[in-house]
Amino acid sequence: MQKAVSLSERKKFSVPVNKILPFLIPIIVILAWQVSSSLGWLSSSILPSPLAVLQDGITLTASGELPKNLSVSLYRATVGLLIGGGIGFLLGFINGMSNTCRMLFDSSIQMFRNIPHLALIPLIILWLGINESAKISLVAIGTMFPVYINTFHGIRSVDPDLLEMGKSYELSKKQLFFKIIFPSALPQILVGIRYALGVMWTTLIVAETISANSGIGYMANNAEDFMDMETVILCIVVYAILGKISDLVAKSFESILLDWQKTGRSKA
Amino acid sequence: MSNSIINVKNVNKKYDDLVALHDVNLSIDRGQFIALVGMSGGGKSTLLRLIANLEQPTSGSVEINSSDSKSLTRFMFQEDRLLPWMSVLDNLSFSSKDKKTKKHAQELLDLVELGDYADHFSNQLSGGQKQRVALARALMTNPKILLLDEPLGALDALTRHKMQDLILDICKKQDLTTILVTHDVEEAARMADRIIVMKDSTNSYEEDCPKNRNAGQIGVVADRVLGEILDEKPVRKQLA
Ligand SMILES: Nc1ncnc2c1ncn2[C@@H]1O[C@H](COP(=O)(O)OP(=O)(O)O)[C@@H](O)[C@H]1O
Ligand SMILES: [Mg+2]
Repeated sequence: MQKAVSLSERKKFSVPVNKILPFLIPIIVILAWQVSSSLGWLSSSILPSPLAVLQDGITLTASGELPKNLSVSLYRATVGLLIGGGIGFLLGFINGMSNTCRMLFDSSIQMFRNIPHLALIPLIILWLGINESAKISLVAIGTMFPVYINTFHGIRSVDPDLLEMGKSYELSKKQLFFKIIFPSALPQILVGIRYALGVMWTTLIVAETISANSGIGYMANNAEDFMDMETVILCIVVYAILGKISDLVAKSFESILLDWQKTGRSKA
Repeated sequence: MSNSIINVKNVNKKYDDLVALHDVNLSIDRGQFIALVGMSGGGKSTLLRLIANLEQPTSGSVEINSSDSKSLTRFMFQEDRLLPWMSVLDNLSFSSKDKKTKKHAQELLDLVELGDYADHFSNQLSGGQKQRVALARALMTNPKILLLDEPLGALDALTRHKMQDLILDICKKQDLTTILVTHDVEEAARMADRIIVMKDSTNSYEEDCPKNRNAGQIGVVADRVLGEILDEKPVRKQLA
């Protein structure tokens, strides 16, 4: 009896602890950072204090500079991902569904995939200049492959027993795809999209840093030229936050679309 | 003419050099409950898949005699083959958009005593419950022929017994022609009107079962069939 009571009490306490735990280390680091800066252990030319970065963020938001560059970056990221992810999905779809297409396209795509897409930056600048289409193309190329590979494998690894079942129940081609193939490939496709989100930000940072006159990457690069450490750190923090947000969005998509996976009972 | 609904004529099936079926001739009457028994690898599943039109014979023919050919036969697989991303109810009605199918699906779930599980996902069910859903799904389009390929093999003895009764009950009520593949001679002797032994890639022996048989008669039939399968004199021993 005694034991049962104490166990359930422990459970009550462990819920808020679990919620706080992931934030513990970031909070400690920021506090330590702020204290070191305040006590003068850290020179502000090496690492400005968190409060100074926050102050800088507020100033740049008020002046409209941060929102403007942020929305430019968001726009490039989203459009690039939509184009790249869309092409990747389409290619994965046709190669997954048709052996002829697979034999025609797959080995070429694999060859292209082995080129690091950031190595294409000089070429793309020469072709497209430093306007929007250059950045968007780079993001599109970078995000295309993870979506392609995962869509392709997702569709290829559909359980043939389920397909046979569908055929024996006289499903049409369209029904086979929407009732069996797509839902079965979806977890893998979402893995590809989540991976693509990471590639999307990295690509954009590099592209904006090298050649752009707007965007967060440009802001950071520009601030570097003026030795503006606060803004440099601010941009890094903004990237970290954007990355975290896109991960959260991807995760919530997964939990909505794959709700059936959560319900499994233990196989014991 | 005759009352037969399934006619298998001179059927041969080869997978490359391997002979899976050799010269099978079989005629099955409307409303009969057939048990197809034999050692593993004897060609039982192959024969069933040919009848279900999931595969084509290398030579010979499989004829189904009926006026409407669509949705006539339904195959119940050894594995449940439910779609885990759909609710139990949608697993029954997934092949049709018709509003009425949902109602029919619910009725069939009630029939297999899973009416309360319509909203569940299939991975929330036990093995026996999943097989009952698969059975209900097979009945959705009011088939005339039900093909069952060892559907109860993975179930525990008690659940298995209940499923046998449920299947028998439904097949008799709906006047289904049923072929049950099983490696369990007791199950065959208990359920079937007629037992067909598959051996060496062909139907080598068959026997009609007495109506309203008791446990003793079931045992005798099971022994005799087992003897035919194993080429041994029937002895009531722990051969199974
Ligand atoms: N798709 C296939 N490809 C090649 N060989 C097969 C295939 N299906 C069945 N066989 C072979 O045909 C024989 C009969 O198999 P099967 O009909 O599954 O037997 P049973 O169901 O009686 O155990 C076996 O030797 C098996 O290996
Ligand atoms: Mg078999």
